[in-house]
Amino acid sequence: MFDWSLNIAMLIISISVLLTAYRVVKGPSMSDRVIALDSMGIQVIGLVAIFSVKHHTQAFLDIILLIGILAFIGTISFAKFLERGEIIERDRHR
Amino acid sequence: MLSLLTAFGLLRLPDVYNRSHAATKAATLGTLCILLGLFIYFWVIDGVPSAKALLGILFVFVTLPVSGHLVLRSAYYTHVPLWERTIHDDLAVDHARQMKKKP
Repeated sequence: MFDWSLNIAMLIISISVLLTAYRVVKGPSMSDRVIALDSMGIQVIGLVAIFSVKHHTQAFLDIILLIGILAFIGTISFAKFLERGEIIERDRHR
Repeated sequence: MLSLLTAFGLLRLPDVYNRSHAATKAATLGTLCILLGLFIYFWVIDGVPSAKALLGILFVFVTLPVSGHLVLRSAYYTHVPLWERTIHDDLAVDHARQMKKKP
C-alpha cells in the first residue's frame, strides 16, 4: 500500500515535470523559461526524495541538496543576466 | 499533487507575473511536504533524525522565494509585457521616477 502510493506520487510528479518542460519550450518570454526551469528543478528534488524513501536509503539526500543549490545558483545567474546583460560586474557604480 | 497544481498553473496563467505566483508558492509547499515526509520517515525507520533532510528543507524554504523574486525583478526591468487585463501597476510610478533621476 505504501509502495503503491509512492509510485503514484512519482507518476504525478513526472507528469508535472513534463508539463513544465512544455512551458520551458513554448514560453513566450525568457523569464517564463527561467521560472519553469527553476520549478522543474524543485520538482526533481521531490522526485529524488520519493525515490530515496522507496529504496530505504539516505544516500540520495546529498543529491537533494546538490540539485537545490544548482537550481538556485542557475536561476539567480539567469536573473542577473536578463537584467543587466552580464553576470559578474567589474565596477559596481551604476 | 501540489506539484501537479504548479504545472497546471504554469500552463494556464496568462503572463509571467501570475505564472510565477503559481510556480513559487505551490512548488515550495509541495516540495516542503515531500521533504518533511522524508525527514519523518527516516526518523521513524532509523530512529535518528537526519540533519541532511532538515538542511534540505531549510534550503528549499529559503532559496525558492528568493529566486522567484529575483527573476520577477529582472522580468519587470526588462519590460516583459503585463497581461492586457492587468488593472493596477504600483511599481510603474516609482520605476518612472527612478529612470528620470538616473542619466
